[in-house]
Amino acid sequence: MGRYVGTSVKRVEDPRFIQGKGRYVANIQFPDMVYVAIKRSPEAHARITRMDTSAAAAMDGVVAVFTGQDFKDGGCGSLPCGWLVPDTKVPDRPIVVTDRVCHVGDSVAVVAARTPYIAADAVEAIEVDYEPLPTVVDARGAMDDGAPLVHAEIEDNASYHWALGDQEACEKAFAEADEVVEIELVNQRLIPTAMEPRAAAAQWDAASEEMTVWTTSQNPHPIRLLLSAFTLGIPESKLRVISPDVGGGFGSKIFHYPEEVIVPWVARQVGRPARWVATRTESQMTDSQGRDHVTVARLAMTSDGTFTGLDVETWANQGAYLSTFAPLIPTALYITLLSGNYKMPGVFGKVHGTLTNTVPVDAYRGAGRPEAAYLVERLVDLAATRLGRDPLDLRRQNAIPKEDFPYQTPVAFLYDSGDYDRLMATAADRADYAGMRAAQAEARGEGKLRGVGVVCCIEASGPAPSAVAGSLGSAVGFWESGEIRVHPTGQVSVFTGSHSHGQGHETTLAQVAADELGVPIESVEVVHGDTGRINFGMGTYGSRSACVGGSALVRSAEKVRAKVLKLGAHLLEAAEEDVVYDREAGRVHVKGSPDRGKDFGELAFAAYTAHNMPEGMEPGLNVVSFYDPANFTFPASSHICEVDVCPDTWEVRILRYVAVDDVGKVINPMIVEGQIQGGVVQGVGQALTEIGSYSDDGQLLSGTLLEYAVPRADLLPGIEVDRIETPSPHNPLGVKGAGEMGTIAATPAVANAVLDALAPLGVSHIELPLTPERIWRAVQAAGNGA
Amino acid sequence: MRHRVCLSVNGKAEEFDVEPRLLLCHLLRAYVGLTGTNIGCDTSQCGSCTVLMDGKAVKSCTVLAVQADGCEVTTIEGLAGADGLHPVQQSFWDHHGLQCGFCTPGMIMTAVEILDRNPDAGDAEVRHGLEGNICRCTGYENIVKSIVAAGAGGTS
Amino acid sequence: MFPSQFDYHRAASVAEAVELLSSLPDAKLVAGGHSLIPAMKLRAAQPAALVDIGRIPGLSGISADGDSLVIGALATHAAVADSAAVQGGCPMLAETAAAIGDIQVRNRGTIGGSLAHADPGADYPAAMLALGAEVTAVGAGGERTIAASDFFVDILTTALADNEVITSVRVPGAAGSAYLKHRHPASSYAVVGVAACVGMDGGNVASCSIGINGVTGKAVTADAAAAALCGGPASADRIAAAAAYVGEAFDEPLGDLYASGEFRAHLAGVYTKRALALAAERAG
Ligand SMILES: Cc1cc2nc3c(=O)[nH]c(=O)nc-3n(C[C@H](O)[C@H](O)[C@H](O)COP(=O)(O)OP(=O)(O)OC[C@H]3O[C@@H](n4cnc5c(N)ncnc54)[C@H](O)[C@@H]3O)c2cc1C
Ligand code: FES
Ligand code: FES
Repeated sequence: MGRYVGTSVKRVEDPRFIQGKGRYVANIQFPDMVYVAIKRSPEAHARITRMDTSAAAAMDGVVAVFTGQDFKDGGCGSLPCGWLVPDTKVPDRPIVVTDRVCHVGDSVAVVAARTPYIAADAVEAIEVDYEPLPTVVDARGAMDDGAPLVHAEIEDNASYHWALGDQEACEKAFAEADEVVEIELVNQRLIPTAMEPRAAAAQWDAASEEMTVWTTSQNPHPIRLLLSAFTLGIPESKLRVISPDVGGGFGSKIFHYPEEVIVPWVARQVGRPARWVATRTESQMTDSQGRDHVTVARLAMTSDGTFTGLDVETWANQGAYLSTFAPLIPTALYITLLSGNYKMPGVFGKVHGTLTNTVPVDAYRGAGRPEAAYLVERLVDLAATRLGRDPLDLRRQNAIPKEDFPYQTPVAFLYDSGDYDRLMATAADRADYAGMRAAQAEARGEGKLRGVGVVCCIEASGPAPSAVAGSLGSAVGFWESGEIRVHPTGQVSVFTGSHSHGQGHETTLAQVAADELGVPIESVEVVHGDTGRINFGMGTYGSRSACVGGSALVRSAEKVRAKVLKLGAHLLEAAEEDVVYDREAGRVHVKGSPDRGKDFGELAFAAYTAHNMPEGMEPGLNVVSFYDPANFTFPASSHICEVDVCPDTWEVRILRYVAVDDVGKVINPMIVEGQIQGGVVQGVGQALTEIGSYSDDGQLLSGTLLEYAVPRADLLPGIEVDRIETPSPHNPLGVKGAGEMGTIAATPAVANAVLDALAPLGVSHIELPLTPERIWRAVQAAGNGA
Repeated sequence: MRHRVCLSVNGKAEEFDVEPRLLLCHLLRAYVGLTGTNIGCDTSQCGSCTVLMDGKAVKSCTVLAVQADGCEVTTIEGLAGADGLHPVQQSFWDHHGLQCGFCTPGMIMTAVEILDRNPDAGDAEVRHGLEGNICRCTGYENIVKSIVAAGAGGTS
Repeated sequence: MFPSQFDYHRAASVAEAVELLSSLPDAKLVAGGHSLIPAMKLRAAQPAALVDIGRIPGLSGISADGDSLVIGALATHAAVADSAAVQGGCPMLAETAAAIGDIQVRNRGTIGGSLAHADPGADYPAAMLALGAEVTAVGAGGERTIAASDFFVDILTTALADNEVITSVRVPGAAGSAYLKHRHPASSYAVVGVAACVGMDGGNVASCSIGINGVTGKAVTADAAAAALCGGPASADRIAAAAAYVGEAFDEPLGDLYASGEFRAHLAGVYTKRALALAAERAG
């Protein structure tokens, strides 16, 4: 271990944020800028019968008003989908609609004005008449006979059907099962709600014909690619996309959005810089949303509690259009995780991706994996109840033993490493599980509704081997670039294709580079988020930055070291075999004689003066690597949650929350803990407070923060975090993803705890979120009216 | 109809000619160029825009610039003294009280009032005091820790 | 996020405010702005003019007048919550003010604005009803006082005339009182808020009043429940029996995504029990 990796280095990016110097897109302002605002559909499905923009266009301070036809005529292409499973039917998704809106929030016209206030006035002044069309909002109902069609050409509203697993083994498991538990559940729609609303700004240089676009994206290069190849049509060489500081993403800022096209297009049209910043309400109705599954599933087991099979059918709501990676989430990131942390021969799952008159659905923190974990972990609890077993015990019985790694599941994944029994034992120990159960028995004796929820969850992080992604439907590769540019003074610039929107890459990647090269962290600067400065990179999502982006840097560092070593040997007039690169000291010296050496800085300078280079060595010290991961990494977690449910108001109070995670090697424990804590609270939000709710006619009922309940500081009393480490064997850092595990585990942990609390009242299932009213109704339905 | 508004921003007297509908947050961001005050919502829920007005924490998205006429406004940019960071800022850095940083200015400004009311505020009091501020990244754990520590450490 | 245009006038006195309100078409008062500005940002409210009363001198005081408190219309929620006079004379009122919104909201929002706005989820109205407060308002015809029981007319509707300005609220002190609230997890407004006052005589409840907001379009009193508690000890059983009458107070419970009318009615019963018990305990 080096000096920095494994230690809680304070974040180098923080000073600018705590002093209000964050560089968010909404802060970009030019003197002659126009402010873009978008007229949005209040209807979920309707034909536009009339639109009158004349009053808006005539307003003082309005620079231009554009309709969908203007964008079409102006060369804007439709938004593509970047992940297509076999036979996917892709509806056309125009930048601005021309004749028909398909969800509330669909864009119908665009205004550019001198101030955002005037732009808002102009949007209000645009008159649009709609002829409402029938709507469908339900994931499963969309496929019913006679359901209204979202797009006439897509029968049954079914965009795709997909299946994976060993169907034969699955059928056999159920045929031979001693016990079968079944469930039907909804994994509700969530609205990601990154605190920074989406935004875009653009500046067109007419002389050089270069366009600069600033956007709140987790992955500027893929956005540049899509802008260039599909939507905006400006060559990549003339297009610079910058994602500066981005205020949280959680997946919602991966995708290519209409506004990223609208703003540069408008800037070029009007010949002035342009900026659009979403209002929160606009964000809630246009950012791709998350989850929204309806699932029917059953678990087969023997009478001694050995799991033998899992059979799953899911209807996944994709919304009105296919967002950039939409079909990936309920297929290769969901069905593939259904084996959980358990040995089960017969796992089989199928999914139907359906279209509805709702906001598009795509990746949201965890993306597919939380849906799998919630399903599996609820089923396991039902199994424990059925068998009269302790739920932790039953999990430990079925956990994949550590000797079995790498472990091939029946649903495609090869788990790299893990020790789930130790993970659960650590969680039990940390939580004093036995003590919690004893306290629960006592509390129940006093008439309290006390519950304990325990889960063991799996995640696939660090996507992905590019060839595998390609075979599963991806239109892009999932490698990452990492460049190390050593300057003549020995200062180091690291250019990564990964993007930080809160994860702290400027610190963790600097830790990695500093240790790999043996230089002080202060001399390392991490650059990300600017296609004008960095090599093509794939960005950050799926907890991939350390696994893939970090590994790319390690590869580059290896090449830098090799060159420095060779140069050092040459300058020391020693054979290469006789010198060593001392990574502690950042120095090349003769073996056994530390004094006979040269510092990293001296060697960097020598590489640039090039006065005395080894035969055939090029000057300079600048290395780029493109790292394609050999596999996903498989973090795991065991969380334990203790709750009380109030028997009068039916509020859930979390008494304790213990999170033990295995995210492989840890680069910065402080940052990893922060990721887990933040993830847990988002997962608890899904369990207790959050729901993106639509009325039957497609109105978003939780479209503002007055209705959509993002967790507040008092939802949990605190989170106790601990970890074990089983290094990933296939990346040089041994790391696994840390960004999503907390979210994945927390939802089932809380749900299991609440349902455990309610078990004495005969309640075995309640759809999320577990609001007081839902609990109250479930208790009444179970015949325990209160 | 436009109005003259005079206010002191971070100790500096400034005068503006504004429409009455201009919100204080937009005055600070677009007119004064102080973009540290972030805007995270349009229903006054998130607290990202919190500034001190005459020493009290307020949501600057819910104050008209004309209402702030004659007031002293302190934003995140003006919190630190000449000698470096304000103790609450320092504590957020020390305890990893931020991730994406977007909620952070508002959290820090609110924290200043929480500690102003009670420098010894404990965990529960701080959690309660943050009811008008949303953070989507941190799970609040380290924000609470930062504030409690800043208080116990003796802030202004 | 961007209010539509309006004219702005800052009133120097109540008389000027009344005058401006009477003469300007579609004008609205603004005090703290914490109900009005959010509505204007969403363009749900688009007044042609605002009359700012926020700087009128003498309207923000809080003072004791005998057993009552007189609270200026411009007293912020924070000022009421923190006031020693209120905490001493009428703890429930301080409790109510402290339960409103959050620190930032309490620093700006005013009691006059809250009462005039008459939001179904606002916290003050229940307390005003339970305490038997009187609202003092000045209009073109001069000053008048309106009993809380007459003040709240309907959802977002009060007995105030268009050009009347609330100047103060007189609140009888009550030691045996409590306000409890089920907070909406997103908006922070009251899903249900129950204010209870209990006066004891010997070991028996001599007087009782209950105000409830959140359940129906306007805050209501639960008179049958209050009456049922009088005349005997404030035992848990008697409180529970009294709370069972709470449903009679609601004509048409309102519902939203978070809580239906039916569930709100249920919660009202639960919170009534709790508020009564706490009020009785405080009554000693
Ligand atoms: C984020 C947030 C959370 C909130 N949470 C809660 C909560 O939990 N509980 C709660 O009760 N409230 C809550 N509120 C509302 C808050 O309490 C408001 O401050 C209050 O409702 C209005 O007071 P104001 O002074 O801000 O009034 P303004 O917004 O200025 O005015 C409101 C209305 O009253 C009129 N008005 C104002 N003053 C007078 C007067 N003196 N005479 C006659 N008419 C007048 C105005 O014309 C306007 O119609 C919340 C507000 C926000 C922004
Ligand atoms: S921006 Fe002011 S509260 Fe959200
Ligand atoms: S740090 Fe991102 S919202 Fe708080």
